[in-house]
Amino acid sequence: MAKLKIEDLDKIAEEAKRKMNLREGSGKIKITVHMGTCGISAGARNIMTTFLNEIDSNKLQDVIVTTTGCAGLCSHEPMITVELVGQAPVKYIDLNEKKVKKIFSDHVLKGKLVQEYAYAIGSERIL
Amino acid sequence: MKAYRIQIMVCTGTGCVSNHAFDIRDALEKEIAKRNLQNETEIVNTGCNGFCGAGPLIVVQPEGIFYQLLKVTDIPHLVEEHFLKGRPVKKLMYTPPKEKTPIPKMSEIPFFADQTLIALRNRGMIDPENIDDYIARGGYKALAKALTSMTPNEIINEIKSSGLRGRGGGGFPTGVKWETCKHAHGDTKYVICNADEGDPGAFMDRSIIEGDPHSVIEGMIIGAYAIENVHQGYIYVRMQYPLAIQRFEIALRQANEYGLLGKNIFDKGFDFDIEIRRGAGAFVCGESTALMASIEGKVGEPRAKYVHTVEKGLWNQPTCLNNVETWANVPQIIIRGAKWFSSIGTGDVSVDAWGGSKGTKVFSLAGKVNNTGLVEVPMGISLRDIIYKIGGGIPRNKKFKAVQTGGPSGGFIPESLLDLPVDYEELSKVGSMMGSGGMLVTDEENCMVDLAKYFLSFTQDESCGKCIPCREGTKRMLDILERITMGEGKEEDLLYLEELSNMVVESSLCALGGSAPNPVLTTLKYFRDEYEIHVKEKKCPAGVCKPLINYVIDENVCIQVGHGCDICRKQCPDNAIMGEIKKSHYIDTKKCGKCGICYDVCKFNAIHIE
Repeated sequence: MAKLKIEDLDKIAEEAKRKMNLREGSGKIKITVHMGTCGISAGARNIMTTFLNEIDSNKLQDVIVTTTGCAGLCSHEPMITVELVGQAPVKYIDLNEKKVKKIFSDHVLKGKLVQEYAYAIGSERIL
Repeated sequence: MKAYRIQIMVCTGTGCVSNHAFDIRDALEKEIAKRNLQNETEIVNTGCNGFCGAGPLIVVQPEGIFYQLLKVTDIPHLVEEHFLKGRPVKKLMYTPPKEKTPIPKMSEIPFFADQTLIALRNRGMIDPENIDDYIARGGYKALAKALTSMTPNEIINEIKSSGLRGRGGGGFPTGVKWETCKHAHGDTKYVICNADEGDPGAFMDRSIIEGDPHSVIEGMIIGAYAIENVHQGYIYVRMQYPLAIQRFEIALRQANEYGLLGKNIFDKGFDFDIEIRRGAGAFVCGESTALMASIEGKVGEPRAKYVHTVEKGLWNQPTCLNNVETWANVPQIIIRGAKWFSSIGTGDVSVDAWGGSKGTKVFSLAGKVNNTGLVEVPMGISLRDIIYKIGGGIPRNKKFKAVQTGGPSGGFIPESLLDLPVDYEELSKVGSMMGSGGMLVTDEENCMVDLAKYFLSFTQDESCGKCIPCREGTKRMLDILERITMGEGKEEDLLYLEELSNMVVESSLCALGGSAPNPVLTTLKYFRDEYEIHVKEKKCPAGVCKPLINYVIDENVCIQVGHGCDICRKQCPDNAIMGEIKKSHYIDTKKCGKCGICYDVCKFNAIHIE
């Protein structure tokens, strides 16, 4: 290992940012893949790995991917929720790899909602 | 760097490791590979999470879900449900005592939610064996700031106005110590980190080292730069802390490789190195002069401090010794400023450096409390909040009796003073002390005389013997306490005890003797009635002192409720129980060895202590 310069500290921190964001539960964008039995059998795993690969190849640091259980809309699985910090979560349904790539390039990278695959904006109320 | 969706933070502090945390980690690895999740999940070994009573434990990120008391057999189900199907497993979560619903998120568990982290800010968040993790959390930025934009005097002024005081127990203002050392005459000076944590039941320093060793190292480098003419630092750590030593070694090696230690740090012309010195574990070596004698290779005995160690310390050179936790606070003060630090805590330090207690303090909460573990709280918090809010109260609905702060030579504080704010001066006023941060909770089943005897026997044993008041005084005090607990106490013993205590406090050479009588003095002050019952009535109200108690079977309960189950008779190792099945039983007190087995095995509560 070479001797560090002061500016190297920021470089190391930047490189580890993705890891730290995941650890701190922070990050600008959170993608939740619904992986109940219904989601898994409809191919949610493939959806999730596609996201992970896209994040990797685009070298994004502040996107976290996580999973949750069934969202209650089993007939439209696989589905995901995309949440940008400060904005209402958006649910996308009936996904496949092609749709995921579009959601990734439009919504995740550019912050533009993909209207045609979106099912709902916002989330249920919990009483 | 790969994109993961799950990070599993496995606590590998000493507490969890001794509860087989490494087996849990191996089982996780195996199960994750079996489910083909290894490309999506990362397992991170962290330092002590703090909630030692719940170990072995893991925290699953990004959701921050806390799983406790794990067994290897829980892992396949956990991996399948949570990591594969995204359904967190409720039965492995923490449920507060007296409640039914588990709390999934670590940040919402009261034990964690009511803490304020400065010294422990990286706990559970970084891999202590990876310097990049520390840097990613802002590590070594304080050093960069100190070396590039602050003069040594400015650093000292910052530490002074922050109000930081020694966390090892003395509470000496850190900035003042640094300044005195800086002005002391000498071309070669030293800084030392005191990691000789010897208090029974205390594990604050060990956990900081095991969880975040670089914070201590960074603090030392900043201190060395500020004091000037310091090119060598020592970490004095006891042999009984193998994991702490190992993590320090790794951290020092990585800091050296990055050039954060060694020659010309950050190209600013400042040279500094740190070496580890292992202590053999003598309690007295936590005392500054004894510690330095030990580093020099001499017998670890204290000397009279007419000349302070900041003037003439290690090898007769000016030496600045601070405790692990004190050093760990330094980088945060430099980064976030004295104003921020002094906004937390009590009093006002702007005029008088001794005028308040600022920042936070780490305590190891142990004894009769639901949530055993390591807590960091703001100065000024009440003892009641620590014990009941963070600690979750007393187990099994028992009644609180007293809390001992400050380790084996701290005093016992009774219920009536529980609203006392935690502050150096306030704790001293009631006869206890901040100490290094041990906090032992006792309940109605603890005998105060017995506890005073226990702690005095520790300090007596650890007395180095150099000065007579400590060596002989504590011995005679212990004799008296032993007599009292054997039922041979006399009324005048209490007066002798007090007189001896005051003599030892006033005339001992170092703080070991100077504080050893605290448990005796405070129990005499707040629980004198217990001593009097021991002496006058030859009884132990808590039922602890064996020679003063008898086990008695209530024959009615035995026959009517238990139908003479005969279990106690079979279990008694002394054959002291008479009776047979379906008949009532009784104990022959002459034969009874008072082991208490019958009391424990009786399911019908027919046996009581008299």
